Amino acid sequence: MVGIGQTEFSKDSGRSELQLACEAARAAIDDAGLTAAEIDGTVTFTLDTNDELALIRSLGIEELSWTSRTPFGGAGASATLQQAAAAVNSGAATAVLVYRAFNERSGHRFGQPMQRPPSARTNMHEPYGLLTPPQVFALSYQRYMHTYGVTNADFGLYSVVARRNAATNPNAWFFNRPITIDDHQNSRWIVEPVLRLLDCCQESDGGVALVVTSIDRARDLSHPVVAIEGATQSSVVDGDMSFNYYAGDLARFVEADRTAGRLWQSTGLCAADMDIAMIYENSSPIVFYQLESFGFCGPGEARDFIAEGHIDLQGTIPVNPHGGLLGEAYIHGMNNIVEAVRQLRGGAANQVPNAQRVLVAAGRSAAILSRN
Amino acid sequence: MRVEPPVVGEDDRFFWDGVEEGRLLLRQCAQCERIQHPPSPMCPACGSLEWTTKQMSGRGTVHSWIVSRHPTQLDEAPRVVAIIALDEGPRFVSNLIDVEPTDVTNEMPVVAIFVDVDGVRLPQFRPASR
Repeated sequence: MVGIGQTEFSKDSGRSELQLACEAARAAIDDAGLTAAEIDGTVTFTLDTNDELALIRSLGIEELSWTSRTPFGGAGASATLQQAAAAVNSGAATAVLVYRAFNERSGHRFGQPMQRPPSARTNMHEPYGLLTPPQVFALSYQRYMHTYGVTNADFGLYSVVARRNAATNPNAWFFNRPITIDDHQNSRWIVEPVLRLLDCCQESDGGVALVVTSIDRARDLSHPVVAIEGATQSSVVDGDMSFNYYAGDLARFVEADRTAGRLWQSTGLCAADMDIAMIYENSSPIVFYQLESFGFCGPGEARDFIAEGHIDLQGTIPVNPHGGLLGEAYIHGMNNIVEAVRQLRGGAANQVPNAQRVLVAAGRSAAILSRN
Repeated sequence: MRVEPPVVGEDDRFFWDGVEEGRLLLRQCAQCERIQHPPSPMCPACGSLEWTTKQMSGRGTVHSWIVSRHPTQLDEAPRVVAIIALDEGPRFVSNLIDVEPTDVTNEMPVVAIFVDVDGVRLPQFRPASR
């Protein structure tokens, strides 16, 4: 991973999503020390509105020999790295631009009722009042609370950590604005009895971009080499991106369990080998699930694991040192990858000393980045 | 109470026809008898495109639940949304009625009734004695 770029993260960018994508992409290509003409592949999200041709026409990329997109919103964020690496390793492309840009606060807000095409599956949920992502996901999270005796105040333990990290990250929307558990408990309910306002990620405007190329080429460029040591994803029969209610134990995140198993098996690494964990969080409970799926603690142990300080900056496995999607910004999880690269290069706002390996977990996808 | 009405299609018309008749019908494979809910056009177990329906008793327990409030129309009454573990095995998403949110508990027994909600006939569940 040779280039990272971003726009500012805001609530009202004042410019088009395409311009945000262009600015982030230009920054990432410049950071890599490449020219636009050297980019020959792109990867983004199915949900991204920025057409590949519109982007390359703006950036001056002359030709693409690879384009691909990851489904499933932010849960697929780390699958962008799997796709980019697959393109480079196969020879389909030599330098891949990964991008995600949106006006997700000043334009279409994810916190509002979802806009889904009609389907038999949608019909089985929306008429009953499952309209927004917090409602949709909280219906699973309540089963976790019931199974393990976890309360909303327990979920707030994570929110406090995220906002503490954001408070010392000038790149974060909530820079200088930490919260206490009392603040969390006094914030309004979004979905009783699961999520309060301070459990939920932000809605943000902004763009992020990355450049992926071969290790050999990376060694000739200026930055310390950050390698994608492994990347995988999981989608299972009877699963669903949103209405994931019908298979297995709802107190477990089955797709994350499987992603973790394959990631550890394919790399020969384990949770204890990680120096930092970037964990995608549309709301605080999903951090609990993923700490358990990736084996940082056992089933039902995340509450105590967080309470004991393990995920703090000085803990055994710092989580989201930039403040996460609650604290820094919600750029669909892609800002987590940027932070992972910053930590591995050194000089991040909340630098974890001597970070060598970072897990970037997004629920249905994950990658391990390492200093090479 | 505002309800997003279903946009009924080929894969779930049987379900809404059943609701109109006061019956909770799930899709069952005509070949291997697998119950497929939510419905899909092809059976993942045997590949069949032939379907019949199986009527559920309407009895089950609360597997998981939330209180749903509309994000911008806060004057709307909240609704309790629940995943019901039907006695026959499948899980089914619906609303709980005739119960205060503070009285809802996981595993409480419930039973289906059919109600017009904002002009849309829907299966709803209310507490049942066991």
